[in-house]
Amino acid sequence: MTPGAVVLQGRSIHPGSAQGEALVSRMGISFFGGVDPETGTVVEKGHDLEGQRISGKVLVFPTGKGSTVGSYTLYRMKKTGTAPAAILNEECEPITAVGCILAGIPCVDRLPLDRIRPGDFLRIDGTAGRVESGNPGTGIP
Amino acid sequence: MILTPEEQSMLAGDHGRAAQTAMRILAALGKIYGARRMLPVRSVQIAGVSYDNLGEAGLEWLTEMADGGGKVRVPATLNPAGMDLENWQALGIPADFAEKQLRVIEAFTRMGVTPTCTCTPYLACNLPQAGETLAWAESSAVCYANSLLGARTNREGGPSALAAALTGRTPEYGMLLDQNRRPGITVIVTAPLVDTSDYGALGKNIGERLEAAGRKAIPWIAGVREATLEQWKSLCASIATYGGLAMFYIPGVTPEAAGQTPPRESFTVTADDLRTAKASLTDANAGEADFFSLGCPHLTLPEVARIAGLLRGKRVAKEFWITTSRPVKLEADRLGYTEAIEASGAKFAVDTCCVVAPIRGRFRAMATDSAKACYYASSKNKFKTRLLDFDAVVNEALEK
Repeated sequence: MTPGAVVLQGRSIHPGSAQGEALVSRMGISFFGGVDPETGTVVEKGHDLEGQRISGKVLVFPTGKGSTVGSYTLYRMKKTGTAPAAILNEECEPITAVGCILAGIPCVDRLPLDRIRPGDFLRIDGTAGRVESGNPGTGIP
Repeated sequence: MILTPEEQSMLAGDHGRAAQTAMRILAALGKIYGARRMLPVRSVQIAGVSYDNLGEAGLEWLTEMADGGGKVRVPATLNPAGMDLENWQALGIPADFAEKQLRVIEAFTRMGVTPTCTCTPYLACNLPQAGETLAWAESSAVCYANSLLGARTNREGGPSALAAALTGRTPEYGMLLDQNRRPGITVIVTAPLVDTSDYGALGKNIGERLEAAGRKAIPWIAGVREATLEQWKSLCASIATYGGLAMFYIPGVTPEAAGQTPPRESFTVTADDLRTAKASLTDANAGEADFFSLGCPHLTLPEVARIAGLLRGKRVAKEFWITTSRPVKLEADRLGYTEAIEASGAKFAVDTCCVVAPIRGRFRAMATDSAKACYYASSKNKFKTRLLDFDAVVNEALEK
């Protein structure tokens, strides 16, 4: 483990490992209508991630919201190559959970999200529900 | 959560890829909701059928599940599709949409799902009995099953319902547990209720008031002693749309009402409340409506008979969709109702409805007797709306 690394233990929603840069939102995300699946860009007006691409990122947000069709949007994004590498929630809800299962995206919830900062490089063990922040705050592995 | 050996083997992939994905979905939902085990389900009603809602992503996933060997283990029926599966051209559905929609239906039927394509499964091949555990999507049918039939179901989404069909299981939480089925608030109805549109307006008022109060309480509705099946389905549709409710109690009607105590906390729905609710769903003037639709939820045979009686020997001046299920349409054919309705220029839109068909922006204003249809006409399809009594919808559509 890297010196200064932080390990957070949560609950596994969907297994699998992934790594990437944290993209952190303090708001709920609706994948249907709130994200453009073709580009992976958040398009919801007034969202704190509006205009940012979630593709390949470790997407960190409290909980999902909106239409249940959002599960299919995550699946579509995986096929298109615009999906996030992993999803971390405070409390996962069915739309995000089902979307991660359909798409095969590692997902962990019940994490203290305030300990993750934008740009942190994260390693996710979705099976164990563990998140390791390699070098907090720098975005460097 | 404790899984049986069979459930564990599905999760491990011994029953194929589709069953594994299905069990993963159910296990995750069970975890999120704190379920202790899975329950066997008696039947499934699957939503997410219209290509207008599913999109390419949904079609791809359903195809993958069918390719992955998915087969239903319990009777499963379908919600309305985005078009009449036989007569889509007459409704102005584009050919490329039709091709995608038929592929959706093909994927479902390959998995053994019965393509009833109706929101009233209890009138078409899928009638539950009291006490049975179901996994139903379609919010109006969920409400009908819990409140009128005494069966037990949560409000499923498309993928979770399909997952239940492919495994025959659902996690035990929410409406499947006695303690979550108790009434939480009394609603005293003093408003007179006559037309289906009145019952829809009642559902809107109750649903919105509970939403506004942040209450997920199951209402104990006093003052409504009897109603027709058509009126109940109208109430179910709107109370689920506007309040997200899975159940209500009508003393003397709801099978489980006998064992429950009316809650002390209460509010009243007056004639004024009902007028306000109806007025709030009418922002188009008479004459402004260029689209008329009856059948949300799908029409029963007596409703089709009534429309045929009103239209016989007359002509409609506007686009008019009569939406119902295939079995009801077949009886309407035999009884001559179809001939009377089609001779007037009105169109049957079987297997589909004005909520899930791809008609966004196609019309300026829609007239209907359904409070639920008004909600989606306005939010999804960007139409103005006119909530009218059932007969008035027909009369306004006639050539003057």
